[in-house]
Amino acid sequence: MAQDLHRLTLRQAIDHAAREGADGILHDVANRIQCCNSSVNAYVRVKPAEYDSGKNIPGKSVFSGVPVAVKDNICIEGQETTCACAILKGHVPPYSATVIRKLEDAGATIFGQLNMDEFAFGSSCETSVYGPCRNPWNLECVPGGSSGGSAAAVAADMAIAAIGSDTGGSIRQPAALCGVVGLKPTYGLVSRYGLIAFGSSFDQIGPLTKTVEDSAIMLNAMAGHDPLDSTSSRRPVPDYTKALTRDVKGLRIGMPEEYFTDGMDPAVEKYVRDAAALLKKMGADIRTVSLPHTAYSVAVYYLVAVAEASSNLGRYDGVQYGLRASDKTLKDMYFETRNRGFGEEAKRRILLGTFVLSAGYYEAYYLKGQKVRTLVRRDFEKAFTEVDLLLAPTAPTAAFKLGEKASDPLAMYLSDIFTIPANLAGIPAISVPCGFTPAGLPVGLQLMGRPFEEAVLFRAAHAFEQETEYYKKKPGI
Amino acid sequence: MKYEAVIGLEVHVQLGTRSKLFCACPTRFGCPPNHNTCPVCLGWPGSLPVLNEKALRLAIKVGLALECRVAERLKFDRKNYFYPDLPKAYQISQYDMPVNGRGRLKIEFKDAAGSTQIREIGITRAHLEEDAGKLLHEGIRDGSLVDYNRAGVPLLEIVSEPDLRTPAEVYAYLVSLKSILQYLEVSECNMEKGELRCDANVSIRPEGQTSLGTKAEIKNMNSFKAVEKAVEYEIERQVNAVDGGERIVQETRLWDEAKGRTFSMRSKEEAHDYRYFPEPDLVPFTISRAQVEEIRKTLPELPEIRTLRMIRDYSLSDYDAFLLAQEKPLADYYEACVAAKANPKLAANWIFSELKALLNERRLAITESPVSSGDLAGLIRLIEDGTVSGKIAKEILPEMFETRKSAEAIVKDKGLVQVTDASLIEALADQVLAAHPKSVADFRAGKAQALGFLVGQMMKESKGKMNPKLANEILVKKLNVGC
Amino acid sequence: MDFDIHKVAELARLNLDPEEAQKIGKAIGSVLEYVRKLESLDTQNVPPTSHVLDLENVFRPDTDRDCGASEKALPFAPSREGDFFKVPKVVDKE
Repeated sequence: MAQDLHRLTLRQAIDHAAREGADGILHDVANRIQCCNSSVNAYVRVKPAEYDSGKNIPGKSVFSGVPVAVKDNICIEGQETTCACAILKGHVPPYSATVIRKLEDAGATIFGQLNMDEFAFGSSCETSVYGPCRNPWNLECVPGGSSGGSAAAVAADMAIAAIGSDTGGSIRQPAALCGVVGLKPTYGLVSRYGLIAFGSSFDQIGPLTKTVEDSAIMLNAMAGHDPLDSTSSRRPVPDYTKALTRDVKGLRIGMPEEYFTDGMDPAVEKYVRDAAALLKKMGADIRTVSLPHTAYSVAVYYLVAVAEASSNLGRYDGVQYGLRASDKTLKDMYFETRNRGFGEEAKRRILLGTFVLSAGYYEAYYLKGQKVRTLVRRDFEKAFTEVDLLLAPTAPTAAFKLGEKASDPLAMYLSDIFTIPANLAGIPAISVPCGFTPAGLPVGLQLMGRPFEEAVLFRAAHAFEQETEYYKKKPGI
Repeated sequence: MKYEAVIGLEVHVQLGTRSKLFCACPTRFGCPPNHNTCPVCLGWPGSLPVLNEKALRLAIKVGLALECRVAERLKFDRKNYFYPDLPKAYQISQYDMPVNGRGRLKIEFKDAAGSTQIREIGITRAHLEEDAGKLLHEGIRDGSLVDYNRAGVPLLEIVSEPDLRTPAEVYAYLVSLKSILQYLEVSECNMEKGELRCDANVSIRPEGQTSLGTKAEIKNMNSFKAVEKAVEYEIERQVNAVDGGERIVQETRLWDEAKGRTFSMRSKEEAHDYRYFPEPDLVPFTISRAQVEEIRKTLPELPEIRTLRMIRDYSLSDYDAFLLAQEKPLADYYEACVAAKANPKLAANWIFSELKALLNERRLAITESPVSSGDLAGLIRLIEDGTVSGKIAKEILPEMFETRKSAEAIVKDKGLVQVTDASLIEALADQVLAAHPKSVADFRAGKAQALGFLVGQMMKESKGKMNPKLANEILVKKLNVGC
Repeated sequence: MDFDIHKVAELARLNLDPEEAQKIGKAIGSVLEYVRKLESLDTQNVPPTSHVLDLENVFRPDTDRDCGASEKALPFAPSREGDFFKVPKVVDKE
């Protein structure tokens, strides 16, 4: 079949499937995976049974059976789901995440599970038990993380669209490094029910797509109140595709000065500043704003998120599911299972999180972190009284080499410096491609908005994307 | 040296909801293992808790009954520790913002000298938390089995101040607490079914000292009596230890019912560090004062008030009224009896003596009594109007118990109506006097006890149906005439 | 900063080998050093953020239903006996 249907955007795929059914798309995507996955390693599992299921009647649902790929930390009933961690090998969830049900209800075919950093701990997709995922633009480079598999699959046309999760930038940073669109919705917009928790007060599921319009289509299907998630918002959800007006006139966009500091890759800075200039030309009102507590964000994140993670990961103890490394004594069951089941990064975070919550340290670390988190939130609240959107780089550098930061956890943590603040405040943020470094690696532009104002993000990101058309450039894989 | 014991109790009571605290699984008792479970209460990856509204309402209701300060704002926290019965490796509990703050509980008990004492025991707090699963060890050689049916069942942990001083007070506290919880219809408080559990913190100090001694936490008691006995044992153990020059160590000790003593768990308990932090998966809760008042309006009359009312309305003794009110079903039975026109004094006496004895013999609760409150009232009315004597009534009640017939019906069937017809009594009196000339002579010689014998003979002849008072009167009259 | 990796590993139920303990201990040490930058901020009158949303009072009604989830879960359990999950002998609570 020479149609190359895997190259379609979600919008195009939906239109195609509505006319001719999704089988051709499923077929081409499967072929594409077969040809590229050995080098990219984006998928950890593909569901062959779904290829020609034909259960979706063309045109009868929004997606008409168009496939969506899922990060391996979102539960799918009856499908092994492991968080790319040895401790959950063989774990088959007895239920599906709310977001999976919603996508299925919208007619999407849930198709394959995507590589990630173990338990979403990482910014490079190198800590997966399935081996590292690679960047389709340069296979020597990381795709970013933790949703590296999601970003790489979409960038390499191995998926029409994908979903990932973002705790400190895990959707946006890989989207930037792989040249795709990644959205972290407002905390509470998309149900977390069925997302295997990392940092419960930060985690959000969001789409990784080829275009901003695709992102809006995905969010339409994913967002909305879920009675199974206490932190799920009850606000009505608008049709986000209606926000794609190509018009940014009068939008007040702030450039936080703290995001344009030393240490940023000059190419990244150039493209982000160019993006601001372009938006200004298109009619936006660009200003400088200040978010004075930005520099503390990474520290806050690595105290609070790891504390939550240490507690969330206590349940992997060998009792009910996944790995049990020893049956000798109860103590051995706990210690052997956890020691063998978790990788080094997971252990680091579990230990750090356990420590910051332990007696005598709680106040100095965890509580202090939560207090500074308040200061970071207040920065945003104040800034959003002056502007409608914030514009910043998504990541300080383009994709780095495999292994480059693997031995220096702190350096790895700092690669999330621009994405973490949005998670601390729970606000929505999107990354869209805004150029390529001289080495040919994508650069991402990040836009952050007020809580539940995803429509404003889409409006600006879409206008910028349609003006620049970076999305049309594809990796030569 | 004389010592004083300082005792505080931690009571876990299951709240009477249909579904669990954070998921829709049933709280039913006695289902097949792991049947009442779902991803949430099994703590499966990705699952999230949502609070049961009724559980919070019931918690507030108990708080109000214990005169607690109900929080305006509350939150849940995670208590982290590893144990196979704890599916998430943390328990969702409340740490520093519990639903109920300080309150009090009045206890009433008889002291060693037998006089009634009333004391007020402080309640530190009463907070909501989820239960853990159940481990089974017996009969399994190579492991333990886990049943998570109880995991996630709503519990209210009621913590007392260290205000209790004696095992008798501990017992009275539990009885009083159970009474309130039964009135609220929050729990049946059956310890065997695990609906109520109690741990005791026990320490001793020289009399007169105000600072607290080192406490031991005593667990594993499965009845109120066991708690009383365990505390009694523990006080004695600590006194002996201190007198013997030992130091008390802070530890958890298990009560062994069969051996009648407490044992140290000897595990690394002190290594516990629960790492409490706010549960990010649940939002905070606010309770308006209007909501509190609305819940307060649903409170039934509580035992303390009912005791006072029964003393006033029925002229009962303080202690009788207290004993009745303490046990709601008993008090309900009593008041139904009085409402059916039984003499209040007689009704109390009959319930406490004859009826209780019959119920105890057959191990029946008052709610299972074969004699309804109306039927008991019927019997008491017959006594009051002189239809039957007390003696006959004591024979009628067991029969009512067996046959479930009314007292009237039994009296009628068996012709037990008391003889009050003076001519019949006089005829019988003549017969008895004629048959016992020696007793007649004795009486006339001044031996008053001979009269008792003669009355007894009349009762015997009449098979107890003779009104003893009338029989007496008529006999005396006849004996005196004959002088 | 008194980070005792052995004590914390015991709490977290991880039996690290000595090499791992040293490596992870060092990495955590540098993170704890990094987060000291927070000490310069005066947060005395700042309330902590445990939730970013303004949501409050999220309940479910007290209705029950059978889920039957354990039937889907038990087949994947590392060890089971009948309808029970099975673990190595628990001794300290007997």
